[in-house]
Amino acid sequence: MREAHDAIVMGAGHNGLTTACYLAKAGLKVLVVERNDYIGGATVSRELHPGWIYSNCSYVSSLMRPEIVRDLELAKHGLQVIPYDGGVTLTQDCDYFAYHNDHEALYREIARHSRKDAEAYHRYSMDLMRQCRFIKPLLLRAPPDPTSFKPRDLRELLFLGKKFHDLGEAQMYETIRFWTMSIADFLDEYFESDVIKAHLAGSGIIGTALGPCSPGSAYILLHHYMGEVDGNIGSWGFARGGMGSIAKSLALALQAHGGEIAMGAGVEKVLVKGGRAVGVALENGDAHFARTVVSNMDVKRTFLKCVAREDLPADFLEGVRRFKIRGSSGKLNIALDGLPDFPALPEGAPFRKGDTHFTDSIERMEKAYDDWKRGTWSRDPYVDMMIPTQIDPTMAPPGKHYMTVFVQYAPPELANGEPWDGPNRDAFGQTVIDQIADYSPNFKDLILHAEVRTPWDIENEIGLTEGNIFQGELTFDQLVFNRPVPGYAQYRSPVKGLYMCGSSTHPGGGVMAAPGANAAREILRDLGAKQTVREMAR
Amino acid sequence: MSGTYDAIVIGGGHNGLVCAAYLARSGRNVLVLEAREKVGGAAATEEIAPGYRAPVFAHLLHHLHPAIEKDLGLAGHGLALAARGLATVALERSGRHLRIDGASVTRFDGPGVSEADLAGYRRVRARLLKYAKALKPMLTEVPPRLGTTAWSDRKSLLKLGWAIRRLGRADMREFLRIVLMNVADLFEDEIEDELLVGALAFDAVLGEHVGPRSPNTVLSLLYRLSGSAAGVQGAVAVPKGGMGAVADALAAAASAAGAEIRTQAPVTRVLVEGDRAAGVVLDSGEDIRAPEVISNAGPKITFLDLLGAEHLDAGFVRQVANIRTRGSAAKLNLALKGLPEIQGLPAEALGERLVIAPSVGYLEEAFNPAKYGEFSPRPALEITLPSVHDATLVPDGGHVLSAVVQYAPTRLEAGWDAARDGFQEIVLDLLEAHAPGLRSLVVGQQLLTPLDLERRFRMTGGHWHHGELVVDQMFMLRPVPGAAQYETPVAGLFLCGAGAHPGGGVMGVAGMNAAKRVMAREAVG
Repeated sequence: MREAHDAIVMGAGHNGLTTACYLAKAGLKVLVVERNDYIGGATVSRELHPGWIYSNCSYVSSLMRPEIVRDLELAKHGLQVIPYDGGVTLTQDCDYFAYHNDHEALYREIARHSRKDAEAYHRYSMDLMRQCRFIKPLLLRAPPDPTSFKPRDLRELLFLGKKFHDLGEAQMYETIRFWTMSIADFLDEYFESDVIKAHLAGSGIIGTALGPCSPGSAYILLHHYMGEVDGNIGSWGFARGGMGSIAKSLALALQAHGGEIAMGAGVEKVLVKGGRAVGVALENGDAHFARTVVSNMDVKRTFLKCVAREDLPADFLEGVRRFKIRGSSGKLNIALDGLPDFPALPEGAPFRKGDTHFTDSIERMEKAYDDWKRGTWSRDPYVDMMIPTQIDPTMAPPGKHYMTVFVQYAPPELANGEPWDGPNRDAFGQTVIDQIADYSPNFKDLILHAEVRTPWDIENEIGLTEGNIFQGELTFDQLVFNRPVPGYAQYRSPVKGLYMCGSSTHPGGGVMAAPGANAAREILRDLGAKQTVREMAR
Repeated sequence: MSGTYDAIVIGGGHNGLVCAAYLARSGRNVLVLEAREKVGGAAATEEIAPGYRAPVFAHLLHHLHPAIEKDLGLAGHGLALAARGLATVALERSGRHLRIDGASVTRFDGPGVSEADLAGYRRVRARLLKYAKALKPMLTEVPPRLGTTAWSDRKSLLKLGWAIRRLGRADMREFLRIVLMNVADLFEDEIEDELLVGALAFDAVLGEHVGPRSPNTVLSLLYRLSGSAAGVQGAVAVPKGGMGAVADALAAAASAAGAEIRTQAPVTRVLVEGDRAAGVVLDSGEDIRAPEVISNAGPKITFLDLLGAEHLDAGFVRQVANIRTRGSAAKLNLALKGLPEIQGLPAEALGERLVIAPSVGYLEEAFNPAKYGEFSPRPALEITLPSVHDATLVPDGGHVLSAVVQYAPTRLEAGWDAARDGFQEIVLDLLEAHAPGLRSLVVGQQLLTPLDLERRFRMTGGHWHHGELVVDQMFMLRPVPGAAQYETPVAGLFLCGAGAHPGGGVMGVAGMNAAKRVMAREAVG
C-alpha cells in the first residue's frame, strides 16, 4: 500500500484549503478531495444565472484572519477584499438608522434618533473593543483541556488565566457578564432607541439558534465584530469576484506549494487499520492512502457517515450525536435588471452599499426567532441584504446587479412534517421578497432570477449538516474546550492520524480560516514536521 | 428616641430575621424595622376568606438551609412540617398524569414512561444531583472578589475550582459542558416523553424571565437542586401553618436571642454621617441610630431610595440601575369549600406538588408573550393544596389551593390593574379544565400580580429573589460586580436580602452570610 501523499484533506472548504496550504508549506505532499465539481464549500462564487456571479452561500468577508492572509500570501494569489462603508436599517415609518464607519457621521446619525444614545455610543464601542482585544489572540490557539494535567494544557490554562487576570478586576466581571448575557439586555444598558438596538443586535444572532433575548447572544456579537479588514477592527468588505475568490486564492497558494485538489471526489469512508487512519475510500471507488487524514466536513457528517462505528469510542460517538447543529438560516441570491429604489434612503448615501436590514426592533427580531422554535420559517424575517455589485461590478453585466439576502430564521425541518423542497421553499422565498418590496416599489419588477436556499438546500449542496452555516451551534456547551466534544477539542479525533479542521472545531464558524490553521498546527506538531503555523503572540 | 442599638435591620423578611437572629446571638443589640404590620415579607400566611388561610406567595420549603434550622433551633420555635418528600405530578389534560418521585416515574393508570426514558431520566438526575451537591458549599461562601491578593478571595475561588475538580475527570468534563446549557436540550437528549421533559424543565424556569430553551437554565436547575427538605436533596416540604409559620419561627428565634422587632415602622432613609452609616429615619420622622445598618430590602431600593445616589459614584449607580428585576410569576390562592377532583388523579395525590407544564413547547409558548409585555394566555402552573396535610389552615372540609402562575411579566403593556381580572379568568379556566367543578367550590380568591407583590412586599419587580437570579447576576456578580460581599460603598451599610448571594426562595443563607460578614468586618473596625 504505497502512499502517494503525506496528507489527505476531505473537503475543499476554506478551512480544509487552509490546513492543506500550511501542510504543503511544511513540505508535505497534500491532496484535497472534494465531492463537488467546484471548490470552496460555502465560500464560493457560482454563476447560477448566465452573466451573474453569486456568492451563493457566505457573502461578506471580515473574519478572515489577517495573519493567515499574510502567511499564505493570498493577496499575491488574487484575494482582494474591498471594504464597504457601514449599513442601514430601514424603519416601518419611512425613516432609517444608518451605521457609518466614520465616527463623526455615526455620532450625528445616532443623535438624530436619540441624544442619550449618542452619548452612550462611545462607551459602548470602547467596551466592545475591550472584549474584542481580549478574545482576538485566543482564536489562533488550541483550547486547553481543563481536566488534564499535561504540561501543555496547564501552561495554556495559566496563560489564559493570566490574560484574564490582566484585565483588572472591573473588566474581569464585565467579561464574564458579556459572555453570559443576551445581546438585548446588553444593549439595554446603553441605548434606548429601538432601531439602533435592532441594528446592533443583528450581529448577535446571525448563524445561531438563538434570539436577541437569549443569554449568550452577546458573545456572538463579539464573534462577528472581531474581524478586521485592513486593520479596522469590526469592518466588513466584499471579496472581489465573490467569496469564491477566497477559495480560489487558497487553491492557488496550495498549488504553489505543490498541493493537489481532486474534484468530483467525494469520500465514502475513512480507511482505518489497527486503530490508525490510513487513507480514504471515495464514492467513485477510488482509494487514496496517507498517514494523515483531515476532515473539513462537520463533525456529524465525518463521524456518523464517513467513519465506521466500531472504530470510534462510545463516549465520543455519544458526544457527536449530541452535538447541536440545527440550521437557522436561509438565503436568496437574486439577479436584478437594475438597481432597486429605496425611497426612504437619501440618494448616493455610501451606506446604501453596505448591509441593509428591515427589522427595526428587538421585539420583531425575537418574534422571528419564536417562529423558528415553533418549527416554521419567520413570517417577519430578519434579513442581511446587500448589493455587492455597487462596489464590485464584476459580479453582473454592466448596469445590472446582484443582490444577496441572508435570512433568519428557517428551521432545518418544518414542524408540519412537510419537505422544504417544493412549495415551502417558494413560500419562504416569497416572504422575503415581499418584505423587501415593502421598502422598494420597483424591486419585484427588476427580478430576473432568484435562487432560494433553505437549510435543506444548504445541506444537500455543500454537506453542512442540518444547514447550519457554522458547522455547529455557538453556545458555551459547544465552545472552546467543549467544541466539538469535551476531551476532543484540539483537532485530534479518537482515531490516530485522523484530524478535524472545519468550523465544528474552535473557534467556530464564519469565514475565519482559524480552525484550519489551528488544526494544521496540531498536525505538524504531531508529525514533528516543520511548523509553518505561527503561535499567536503571548 | 429609642435605646442604643448596635445594629438595625431594615425589613423583617425571612433573611432580615435570620440576620437579626445571628447578630443578636453574637451579643449585639439588634432592632428589626418592618414596614408592614407583621414580619416575614413574602413568606407569609394570610386569611383569604373567613377561616381559610393560604401561603401568600412561597408555598413549598425546599431550600431552607439546615445550618440555620440547627443554629437557631427553629424546631423549638415552632417550625414544623405538615408533609415532606412530596412527589411531583405532571398533569395532563387527558388524565394520563405522571408521578415523579425521586428517581421513580410512574403513571396512576398503567405503565409509566419507556425503559429508555426512565434510564435516561435517572442518568441525568444522578448527574445533576451530584453537581448540585458539589456546588452547594458555595451557597454559604461570601463571594470572592476577582483580581485581589486577599487570601480569603483566593481561597474561595480555589474552593470552587476544587469542588469541580473533585468530581473526577469524566464528571468535570460533563459539568463544564452542561453548566450553561439550556434545560430543554439537556433533557431532550436523554428523554423522549414530552410530559416528563416539560415537568422537569419547569423547575429550571420557576420565578425567572427565561424559557426552557434559554441558555444558562441548567445552572438555575443546579441551584434549585442544591436545596433539601427534611434532609433529602431536591425534595420539597409543606410547612405547617404555611410559610408564615416559618417566618414566625424565625421571628421567635430572633426575639429569643434578644433582637427587638418593630412592625409598622417603614424606613425611608439611611442616615449617613461622615461617610458612614449612622442609622435610619422612619417615615414618621423618627430617627434611630446604630453604627451597623443591614438592609433586607433589594439593592435598587436600598441604594437608590433609602441611601440615595448622592452617596454613590455614578458608575455604581448605573450598575445598580442596570440590575434586571423582571418578575415573571403571579400567585393565585383559592379558598375551596371542598376537595376538587382532577380526572385521572386519585384523591390522595392531591396532596402532592402538581404542575401544569405539559411540554417544552408549551412552556416556550407561555414564555414568549412575557418578552413583549403580555401575560401567557396558556400559563404554566405549580399547584399545591397544603390543606390536604394541614387542617389548621381551613375550616372543616374546606381546602386552599395555592398556585404559582407563569408567565406574568412585571410590566404589562395593558397595565395589570386593568388586566388582572382577565388573567384570573384564564387561570381559573385552566384549573377548571383539569378539575371540572372547581369553580363551583370557590368561596374566596386572591390574585397577586407582580405589581401587587411589588407594592405589597416592596420587592422590586415582584421578583421573589429581589432581582433575576441568572448567571450574570449570581455569586460574585450579585447584586453588582465588586460589591457582592454584603458590604456596600458606604461603611457600616450592608445587604442581607435575596438581592445578595445566594438569592432568596426562603433559604435564609443571604441573611446568615451577611450577619457573618458584619461580625467579621465590624470586629476589625
